[in-house]
Amino acid sequence: MHLAYPAVLAVLLFCVGLYGVLARRNTILVLMSVELMLNAVNLNLVAFDVWLRDALHSGQALTLFTIALAAAEIGIGLAIVLAVYRNRGSSDIDRLRDTAETDAAEALPDDEDAADGTADQATAPAGKAKKAEATA
Amino acid sequence: MIPAAAGHPGFLSPTGVEIAFVLVGLATLGAALVTVTTKQLVHAALWLVVALGGLAVEYLLLTAEFIAWVQVLIYVGSIVVLLLFGLMLTRAPIGRSPDADSDNRWIAAGVAGASAAVLVWVVADAFRTTWIDLDGPAQGSTQATGAFLFRHWVLPFEALSVLLLAALVGAIVLSRKDRGTLPGKDRGAAPRTVGGAAPGDDRAATPAEDGEAAPDAVPEAGSRTDREGTS
Repeated sequence: MHLAYPAVLAVLLFCVGLYGVLARRNTILVLMSVELMLNAVNLNLVAFDVWLRDALHSGQALTLFTIALAAAEIGIGLAIVLAVYRNRGSSDIDRLRDTAETDAAEALPDDEDAADGTADQATAPAGKAKKAEATA
Repeated sequence: MIPAAAGHPGFLSPTGVEIAFVLVGLATLGAALVTVTTKQLVHAALWLVVALGGLAVEYLLLTAEFIAWVQVLIYVGSIVVLLLFGLMLTRAPIGRSPDADSDNRWIAAGVAGASAAVLVWVVADAFRTTWIDLDGPAQGSTQATGAFLFRHWVLPFEALSVLLLAALVGAIVLSRKDRGTLPGKDRGAAPRTVGGAAPGDDRAATPAEDGEAAPDAVPEAGSRTDREGTS
């Protein structure tokens, strides 16, 4: 078999997964796209292992390890997504902007150093109330 | 390069395996495209089954039998089911959701298309004259896989089991509902008639967690008062 077939198919699958990671809004759909990218890598590993006829079969062994790692990754990822959903009431990636570098967040340290503590205290009850709404 | 190419048929006379590979590859690619573009979230998971199953067939065509069945068992059998569970638990909408894609999907399409063009060009140019020899014994049969996995790769294999255990514990810790830390603090502000009745109610509601909830109660109360005292 021509080696270009599996290689090109792996490249296309990887780019489809790349599009999904960048364009999807739901976190679980992003995880599905990550799975597609991992599978493209697996296909490459198997194809090149069969082509090179490696005595150790490192490609196929690495593929098995990647599959197991993907299972672990999806378990941890879904646990994180569920924890985020429980706390926020949403699992949309572009709404999780707490650590975003907005203009307001960058302007805070410039005001006064003493105002930091009061600002934290002022925002903390709001966040707590939001979490209470989400869990209620 | 040229002698290697001369010994094999070119693109114009494909073998049966190549035709099957290209057809299954087209189906896999189409299913993957539908997975990342469909507006229905559950359908995305179901099309992912088609894509992963197609990849399992590709592994079979590449004579990697064991990996094909592992792919079917783990990816199609467990990972997709986990993803469906996740969709259900986050109350994903069943019908069409118009906001499934974010606003930067055209940038994403541009990035993906550009990288696909560059990579396809590079890969096709690099491996234009390379053929895989699929004759002879299957290189990924269960016997061969067992031989190389337990002869040369035993230590990574065992380390992988430790990693899976760590992932299991981590997933349980992350997804477990922590009674007492966050809801307890919020519940303290809500009007409750008797403070002692609240844990009793919880225990009556979930008798199975009695054993692990009871020892937590005393340090939880202490830490709660500490936290309130500092804040």
